[in-house]
Amino acid sequence: MIPLSIEFLVASAVGLLTAAGIYLILRRRTFPVILGLSLLTYGVNIFLFATGRLMVNAPPILNKYADVAYTDPLPQALVLTAIVISFGMTAVVVMIALAAYLSARDDLIDMPHHPEDEGEDA
Amino acid sequence: MSLFLIAALPFLGAVFPALLIRAGRNASASAAGLTTFLAFAGLLLHAPAIFRGEVIQVGVDWLPALGLNANFFLDGLGFLFASMILGIGLLIILYARFYLSREDPMGQFYTYLLLFQGAMVGITLSDNILLLLVFWELTSLSSFLLIGYWKHLPEGRQGARMALAVTGSGGLAMIGGMMILGNITGSYDLSVILQNKELIQASPMYLPALVLILLGCFTKSAQFPFHFWLPHAMAAPTPVSAYLHSATMVKAGIFLMARLWPVLAGTPEWFYIVATTGLVTMLLGAVIALFKDDLKALLAFSTVSHLGLITMLLGFGTKIAAVTAVFHIINHATFKAALFMSAGIVDHETHTRDIKRLGGLRHLMPVTATVAIVAALSMAGIPPFNGFLSKEMMLEETVHTHWGSSAYLVPGLALVAALFSAAYSFRFIGHVFLGQPRNDYPAQPHDPGFGMWAGPALLMTLVVLIGLFSATLVGPLVAIAAGAVIGGAELPYYSLKLWHGLTPALYMSLAASIGGLVLLLLHRPLMAAWNAASRPEAKQIFDRLMRGLTKLSQLITDGLHNGAITRYAFVMMLFIIALSYYAYSSGTITAPTRLAQAEGPIALIAWFCLIVATLAVVAKHRQRQLSLVLIGVVGLVVSLGFNYLSAPDLALTQLSVEVVTMILLLLALNFMPKDSPIESPLWVRLRDGGIAVIAGLGAATLIYMLMLRDFAMPSISEFHLANSYKGGGGTNVVNVILVDFRGYDTFGEIIVLGIAALVIYALTEAVLGSRVRAYLLNRKPDMPQAGDAHPMMMVVATRVMMPLALMVAAYIFFRGHNLPGGGFIAGLITAIALLMQYMASGFSWASERQRMFYHGTIGSGVLIAAATGLGSWFGGVPFLTSAFGYIHWPPLEEFEWATAALFDLGVFLAVVGAVLLALESLARFAWQPGISSEHAMDINPARDDLEQAQMQAQTPGQHPGLHPPGPHDQSIKGEV
Repeated sequence: MIPLSIEFLVASAVGLLTAAGIYLILRRRTFPVILGLSLLTYGVNIFLFATGRLMVNAPPILNKYADVAYTDPLPQALVLTAIVISFGMTAVVVMIALAAYLSARDDLIDMPHHPEDEGEDA
Repeated sequence: MSLFLIAALPFLGAVFPALLIRAGRNASASAAGLTTFLAFAGLLLHAPAIFRGEVIQVGVDWLPALGLNANFFLDGLGFLFASMILGIGLLIILYARFYLSREDPMGQFYTYLLLFQGAMVGITLSDNILLLLVFWELTSLSSFLLIGYWKHLPEGRQGARMALAVTGSGGLAMIGGMMILGNITGSYDLSVILQNKELIQASPMYLPALVLILLGCFTKSAQFPFHFWLPHAMAAPTPVSAYLHSATMVKAGIFLMARLWPVLAGTPEWFYIVATTGLVTMLLGAVIALFKDDLKALLAFSTVSHLGLITMLLGFGTKIAAVTAVFHIINHATFKAALFMSAGIVDHETHTRDIKRLGGLRHLMPVTATVAIVAALSMAGIPPFNGFLSKEMMLEETVHTHWGSSAYLVPGLALVAALFSAAYSFRFIGHVFLGQPRNDYPAQPHDPGFGMWAGPALLMTLVVLIGLFSATLVGPLVAIAAGAVIGGAELPYYSLKLWHGLTPALYMSLAASIGGLVLLLLHRPLMAAWNAASRPEAKQIFDRLMRGLTKLSQLITDGLHNGAITRYAFVMMLFIIALSYYAYSSGTITAPTRLAQAEGPIALIAWFCLIVATLAVVAKHRQRQLSLVLIGVVGLVVSLGFNYLSAPDLALTQLSVEVVTMILLLLALNFMPKDSPIESPLWVRLRDGGIAVIAGLGAATLIYMLMLRDFAMPSISEFHLANSYKGGGGTNVVNVILVDFRGYDTFGEIIVLGIAALVIYALTEAVLGSRVRAYLLNRKPDMPQAGDAHPMMMVVATRVMMPLALMVAAYIFFRGHNLPGGGFIAGLITAIALLMQYMASGFSWASERQRMFYHGTIGSGVLIAAATGLGSWFGGVPFLTSAFGYIHWPPLEEFEWATAALFDLGVFLAVVGAVLLALESLARFAWQPGISSEHAMDINPARDDLEQAQMQAQTPGQHPGLHPPGPHDQSIKGEV
């Protein structure tokens, strides 16, 4: 039996968010897929963050007066930009989904299969 | 003039004709002409050195790791070709000015022409074969534009496509061949490759390299069996045909064969492939040309035939044959360009190119007739014109060539080809210009203006003069070019003169001329026989091949890419899982080196919330609004978790992004269905669930294992921690990484964010410009609406909070370098403060008061960040190196300034602009006429009383109690 620990909590959260995200991404409507992408983003961000290993009460803010331990700042910087970029991505995907829904009046993500249209100009 | 400039001039000049066409056709043509003239003059400045036998080299290392260097060199061969390309280019530019009609976009024409010219000059001057390949592909592309210049003609488009397909695929083959060649010699520089004949010919890869390179040359130079594209490319305007098919494009393959002659030629493989192909092409082209009624088709096949002749001569592999080839290149370029331009004049004036409808033009167009007849006689190989000289030298060479064991095969077939060549040349003269004038021309022919016949006439003069005084006029040019072809070895004995005595070649010439006349007299019955015979039609075969390829690629594309995005996601997930399994099963797991940390009760509670909320999102994802609330809980716990685990910056960012994302999703959901129906059958859901669980377990296990082990290698974070204050001047290491250590990444990121916002804006514009707009304007809300769209409490609260929120943003921004905060977070907070105004008072109200445009905000942010980065160049340090110092202004505390803060300002502006532009765009979907609340800000009860009184006066029957009037009266009316 794995002992309960902060590491276990974080790892299980990553696992659940990933699983939930993937399940929703495999749905056939745009909205659940967007939700799934968001959940997966959380999972991935926490995963990246956790590669710096976990520390409590050790923010990477330099202390001029005492020699203290700091957590790894690099994954934090990576994840910070990832959060902002994922907002941009979500916004674009939402916009595309909305535009597609308004134009086609249906929010299925699979494209209807068109019969071959041969583009031979002659 | 530097070779760089000569090669670059046509490309640089290509801009001007397209721009100057607004100033008129003469301006456009002059710009093209001037550019070409400058390049030509620059080239000629090198002439003295070239004729002294020097080789001019310039070069810079471009991508030395790939062996791709911008090396140019100019020797005799390059000089010959470059001067033909630029010289004939000048004449073509003049000719085209008068040939193209008013309806043709002339600016485009000259731009394409210059692009093509630049690519051709590039080929002739390249020292590096990779660079040569780049120019080679450019000629394929730019000739596509030129051949398809008359876009309205289907033949033009088809011809252009065919030329591109054939020469392009040949080019692909050649890339392979050149790579092999480079690998054998260990260098991609021609000057090195040309020194390594033994090495290359001894290599087992010699034959593959040879075949691949020849494929490129043969397709480009229209050698059998790839000759068919050239006649179809005749759908282009005549100036294009004259340029591409006399002196340039089709000579590129010849040029390359001549260029690589020193290292590739001389082997039996070379002889049998190249000479045989050339011989067959020469014969076939000549025979077909005789039976073409279209003037340009006749010339096209004659070009095919003459290219075959040159190829065959190069294929012989003897030095004297190479000299003859060079000489014929010059002669062919002069008479063929003149012939094409004359044919163009005939077409232009009589409106037909059909030989059967022409004849007797000698009387009506004397100037054109003189030019064309002289050039055609040269093509037939009649003395004293230049075509005679090289053709006789060619025949002389064939006499000395054995194919296999046969001594008669090559001279015999060459004689037949020469005979047909004479015959079609005579036909060109006899059936077009001689005979009696007819009275049924489609248009009344007469000689064109000077501008049009000047070029061909000049070339005709050359044809005559080269014929008469060849040794004086072109002797030195032939000597240096041939010297370059044979690789600096001693030139063999030859003499360029009309009378060589009673040689076998003279008898053959005589036989060919007489035979040609006989064939012309027999033309009518021969033509009937030719038409009766069944022949394979190249275009049909090509089209069938293309259709087959299209079908095949469609089959593959449709099979892989059928539009079912769910399926792609499914396949991708499976693949990732399989890959991970492979990694898992092939790796080793070491013992844990870190101890797990005990969790507190708060962490446990938060974890529990997250688990429940995530599971609930999945369970309730069909109820979309509920799932949004639940996913908000997840985001909140994640932010708290970041804070707990020593990442305050992340916590702040996640929290503010969460708010913005929620607003965004709510806005979008407003227009979308509120529920998802159950569509997938149970087994599909179970299958997806299975995959999801496996992936989740994998991710969880991986990160759990990772967290219990130390870094395998020392982390660069130590460097960041140690240098954050010393080098970046800040104590918040995360922020210093963002704006300093990894500032370039951040710079890229804000650009991406800005692009995302602009994409959203563009999509909005596109959607609102379509039929959707009508639907949106008439849309009825599908959910119960709040009675008061803009509640006064909220209006007041947001107004009060706005300065506070902005103050917080400023605080967060300024402290960011040393404490949690910074441009990203401050930007998000500012955006939220402004968004609250939109929410409280409505879109119309807010956008009326919007002073700055968000596009500009994004742009200024990116520009400020870029300018900060560039600023460090002035300090002599790399892009985005920050400078900082400390200032003490009493009575304030000492404070720090850093250029990083300026960079962070750029980040701040870009984030504010991007977030607001994205949300504003979405909000525009909701706009309907009449929902603007003009008094949303103005809380003046007195005016309400006044309005109420007015309204009651207008509609006396209305019950005031049913319809509570308020400051937003109008908006309610609009929405109900």
